Amino acid sequence: MNASDKKNAKILVFSTDKISDPAIDMAGLLKLYYPVKVYTIAIPCSSAVKSRWIMHAYEKGFDGVFIAADGSDCPYDESCTEKTGLIVAKTQELMKQKDMDPARLRMSAVCSVCSEAFVRQMKSFNEYLSKSA
Amino acid sequence: MSKRIGVYICRCGGNISDYVDVDKVKGAIEKEKDVVLTKTTMFACADANQKEMEKDIQENDLDDVIVASCSPKLHLTTFRAVTVRAGLNKFNYYHANIREQVSWAHSDDKPGATENAIRVVKAAIAKMRHAKPLKPIKIHSKKAVAVLGAGVAGMRAAIALAAMDCEVYLIERNHFVGGHTAQWEELFNSEETGKNVISRLFHELLLYKNITIYTGAQVIENAGHIGDFMLKVRVEPAYIDEIPDPLEIKKAIEVCPVEVPDSFNFNLTQRKAIYRNNPEEFPEKTVIDIKNCTRCGECEKVCKSINFSQKEKIITLHAGTVLFATGFDPYTPRENEFGYSRISNVITLPQFMRLIALCDKKLIYKGKEVNKIAYVYCVGSRQPDGENKYCSRYCCTAAIFTSINVRKKYRNIANYHFTRGVRTYGKQEVYYNESLRMGDVYLQSFDHELPVVYQKGNKTLVKINDILTEQRELELEADLVVLVTSMVPREDQSTASLFKLPKGRDKFLKEIHMKLRPVETVIDGITIAGTCQGPMNIAESVNSSLSASAKAFSYISKGELELEPIVASINKNLCSWCNACYEACPFDAINKVDEGSKSYAVINNSICKGCGMCLPVCPYDAIELITYSNREIEEMIDMLAKD
Repeated sequence: MNASDKKNAKILVFSTDKISDPAIDMAGLLKLYYPVKVYTIAIPCSSAVKSRWIMHAYEKGFDGVFIAADGSDCPYDESCTEKTGLIVAKTQELMKQKDMDPARLRMSAVCSVCSEAFVRQMKSFNEYLSKSA
Repeated sequence: MSKRIGVYICRCGGNISDYVDVDKVKGAIEKEKDVVLTKTTMFACADANQKEMEKDIQENDLDDVIVASCSPKLHLTTFRAVTVRAGLNKFNYYHANIREQVSWAHSDDKPGATENAIRVVKAAIAKMRHAKPLKPIKIHSKKAVAVLGAGVAGMRAAIALAAMDCEVYLIERNHFVGGHTAQWEELFNSEETGKNVISRLFHELLLYKNITIYTGAQVIENAGHIGDFMLKVRVEPAYIDEIPDPLEIKKAIEVCPVEVPDSFNFNLTQRKAIYRNNPEEFPEKTVIDIKNCTRCGECEKVCKSINFSQKEKIITLHAGTVLFATGFDPYTPRENEFGYSRISNVITLPQFMRLIALCDKKLIYKGKEVNKIAYVYCVGSRQPDGENKYCSRYCCTAAIFTSINVRKKYRNIANYHFTRGVRTYGKQEVYYNESLRMGDVYLQSFDHELPVVYQKGNKTLVKINDILTEQRELELEADLVVLVTSMVPREDQSTASLFKLPKGRDKFLKEIHMKLRPVETVIDGITIAGTCQGPMNIAESVNSSLSASAKAFSYISKGELELEPIVASINKNLCSWCNACYEACPFDAINKVDEGSKSYAVINNSICKGCGMCLPVCPYDAIELITYSNREIEEMIDMLAKD
């Protein structure tokens, strides 16, 4: 049985060019497998994600959105974690208003070498989304 | 408007094609709207293929090119250069990652990986439908560099830059150059002493007419941007006229009644409020420490050159780029941390190194000869409960090297090392071996069970549960306890804050990427070198300073700069100035403009770093980031979501 025959949720990851995207690259390099329906869009900073992009992803069929945040490693500003947290809180409010499960949006800091942590996050998020589907 | 897009799918010699059916990917995208050329290649990055791509672009009149291959971190620049050689704008190129994030990440699931790759390439096509040629922002740059900090890294960087024909302003906060290196006698991995190194570098600096050294100087204001930083520098006076009579100066120092701890010797000795440079420091001059001077007038009575009417100067410098080499502070242990400042014969490694420099035939501390020395490692580093989780890297070697020198310089020395595992990496391992051969004793503790330094009567004892002897409790009476202290970031980070330089978790200044862009910061035109970036030894600091100077030179060498045009853009029709973007911008790149009754925000493109932090806070969705517009991101999402 192929891994894709298993139940896989569709997850959109917003990664960041300088911090979390290199970690996701390294997860591949190290063959740390994660669910196959994880797709990544890299942007400069996790504090730049707009709520409308996240809501658009759900509308188009994504089961979950994960923000692989810069956290305290953000090369732009120390307040990045806080700012990304506010985006998540704001979007989760919008999700509640639409009777959507706010847990379908997750955020976690993923440093440039945090490949294993990223893979763990993807597996647990996939499990949660697959069960709640 | 339709476009002509060419897509190349790389097999990467099997790295991709072993797990992704690249022909199926090609088949799935060749009918996509606007795609006029699709090809699979064995190695897209090979010279032959690059030449073929150039030919394809010209023959097929392509507007945009996509290569689906490895991570953009590896070859984005390569293929941007191909498009430029073929006459396209480099922003009409997109690099889709189907190796690290597809074929390798899902090599356990070939059909799944192939489907994933199809989505990724289709999303790339969706994005490129909106790609426009972008003009890099071009600005004039001054061929001048401000180097902040004249320690070993700053001095070496200044020399390297001057040799490349740049105007260099070397700005040092203290009255003397040399930094901490001037304080060290013997240096590991070197035949030179710290004094030799600093003397050699200082005299080399003087050979360059294009280097101006400012001592007692500090940047107090920063305006401008890469290409033209306008720095205001405050220069403190020495309160002594130039070329004073040496005998009069000597007399002035003798009569000065004020004594203060001498920071050069880490407070082991005292100096006067009027003082000369130590022999290890340069330039050779006398200065008055105005903060501690009581203005009693005694020195003025014996020396005509004393001049309290000298005023501080504020000078303005223009530099195309700024190189930070502001160094580190040695860690000061907390009150009673391993007995520090409570037990009289507990000192730090930097103090011990100065003590050795000051003691000639016998090692004497506080009037007593020292024979038995206990070194407690990792003080201020790898703290289980404190803030400093990092390893300071240099200290194991520095402690062991010092212990060897102590044995060589004095008789009857016994060294006991209380470690948490020795990290004399690379060639420095030879010092560890030498120390073992000389008979030094090594003991080791766990992080959660650190050695204890305490006093019993007039004895100073160090106790450890030693891992190397099956956790036997061992106790040693020591004549001197040396705390092997770490490097910590400068306590005064005011200059770094002026430039809004980001700091890492360890509070040292932060590079963009430790391997890919190790001396650049996110602030365009600011590079970092040496120990302001993290713990390093002297050789590593010099290497980093040479790297930073090469990078700094690359910014300004042409006299003109090209900046990536990835900046925020504001739709002034939607904006009605609510202040939210201004508050969110960490770089003060947003200004308010009043036009009649309407107010709106504008972006200063030469300051904007393209982080996008202003985007999500706008209640009117009036801000977009160039190449990351709503349309581009949402159409990518559409493609990735499609079943």
